[in-house]
Amino acid sequence: MNATQEKLREEFDAYVAKDKKIEPKDWMPDGYRKTLIRQISQHAHSEVVGMLPEGNWITRAPSLQRKVILLAKVQDEAGHGLYLYSAAETLGVDRADLIDDLLSGKAKYSSIFNYPSLTWADMGAIGWLVDGSAIMNQVPLCRCSYGPYARAMTRVCREESFHQRQGYSIMMELMKGTKDQIDMAQDALNRWWWPSLMMFGPSDKNSTHSSQNMKWNIKRFSNDELRQRMVDMTVPQAELIGLKIPDPDLKWNEDTGHYDFGEIDWVEFNNVLSGNGPCNNERLEARNKAHDDGAWVREAALAYAEKKKTKE
Amino acid sequence: MNNSQLKNALLRLGDDALILGQRLAEWCGHAPALEEDIALTNISLDLIGQTQSYLSLAGSLFEEGIKSDDELAFLRSGREFQNLLLVEQPNGDFGDTIVRQFLFDAFALLRAEHIAQQSFNPEAAGIAAKAVKEIRYHFDHSSKWMVRLGDGTPESHSRVQKSLNDLWKFTGEMFISDEIDRSGLESGLLPNLEELKKEWDVKIDDILSKATLVRPEDGFMQTGGRKGIHTEAFGFMLAEMQILPRTHPGASW
Repeated sequence: MNATQEKLREEFDAYVAKDKKIEPKDWMPDGYRKTLIRQISQHAHSEVVGMLPEGNWITRAPSLQRKVILLAKVQDEAGHGLYLYSAAETLGVDRADLIDDLLSGKAKYSSIFNYPSLTWADMGAIGWLVDGSAIMNQVPLCRCSYGPYARAMTRVCREESFHQRQGYSIMMELMKGTKDQIDMAQDALNRWWWPSLMMFGPSDKNSTHSSQNMKWNIKRFSNDELRQRMVDMTVPQAELIGLKIPDPDLKWNEDTGHYDFGEIDWVEFNNVLSGNGPCNNERLEARNKAHDDGAWVREAALAYAEKKKTKE
Repeated sequence: MNNSQLKNALLRLGDDALILGQRLAEWCGHAPALEEDIALTNISLDLIGQTQSYLSLAGSLFEEGIKSDDELAFLRSGREFQNLLLVEQPNGDFGDTIVRQFLFDAFALLRAEHIAQQSFNPEAAGIAAKAVKEIRYHFDHSSKWMVRLGDGTPESHSRVQKSLNDLWKFTGEMFISDEIDRSGLESGLLPNLEELKKEWDVKIDDILSKATLVRPEDGFMQTGGRKGIHTEAFGFMLAEMQILPRTHPGASW
């Protein structure tokens, strides 16, 4: 690093430390740019892949109202994908390249979407728990030091909170229903509880990206802090509607003012992360098929736009 | 127009919207670009919304007691659905979906514009007035894609021309008048389908010419949807759509 760069770096660090926003044309360290591209594009990919497990139930939604709500929710997710890709593009990358990385398996997306959505109650559990964990992760990002990302997240979070409420409302309705419906809801909670807690990433002692990201105001709270908040928020919600959290070690701790909870199955976590989840292949295949099947359509749109430009 | 005729006219409006909305929902997450995932789910969303309104109104006219929109959507058998055959056609490729949408949108827009203006049934007029705004956007979307695909690449041109040729045989059914259409015309609720066909022709020809596509000859037309005689694929579609309410009778969701 030469002297000019070092000075720029010092100014950057000081600026960020004052909680100021960095904008696309500002100077930024390479590591900061790379981290953001990685994080924002992963987030965009997660929104896009996340459409699949829920899209899977739109055609089977049990009432017209539930169908409308689920359509609106999945449509929001596509919208989140779009503006997150746009936020990433402000850092000098191209959406098409980012999507290629997703399709080739090079880029990651949230592992949670590698679990299957097996019953209607999964629409409840995904909205309530998966979107719940997502919000917990994302609310601090509204204050992230990178302006375009922070602004995108403000909008995303507003919509996510509607998603979470619709998920909880599905669960609530099921718990007021028949024995089959109650069993369906409990089963969904059993299957989605631990994967939702895994969404906060490895425990703090094993987290590789954390400390630098904290310094850069990309990350505000540690994985374990956020996970604890999720547990504290969700347990009373489950109890309120008569659901039982599938964790024998779960217990209110008077001294800490938090719930104690059991250890995550890190073997499963690492397996799903490295491609061995129940749906890793299916999700990527579905995205690749949509992309390949749509190639002639995108080519036609480009060709037509070119022709029109030439005519003008 | 008697009560039963009005009820059936409303069921047809609701069924057209429901079945096309259900087909479009199958695209969710599988469209050629993220923008189209949004557009197709949005159109589906509008159509299911129209369904709720039309079927609720139809449901209030059953002599044996009020039926909810959900009962009508989820607990009728295939033979009781009166949608056009066009809207139940499988999605096929994106071009097939766009052609199906384009042919229907032009018709649905003209029909809704008429219903929005009539005073025989103010509730239906209210539903249609809202629908007109939505269908204008749908027609704009499908028309633009017709032009892009038709005048895009040689491949897209030949694909979409083939879709048009294949689906053309389902367009005749939109303009056939039966007793319900005739009573609807007399009361003012429904448009004159002969007149409407002329306006439809103008809309279709305008876009096809911009799209450099050839309008197929009016040959033999497939019909049956209005009488509840559907395609084989329709049964599978209903099975998927109705599985939960059928499996859990009486449950609330």
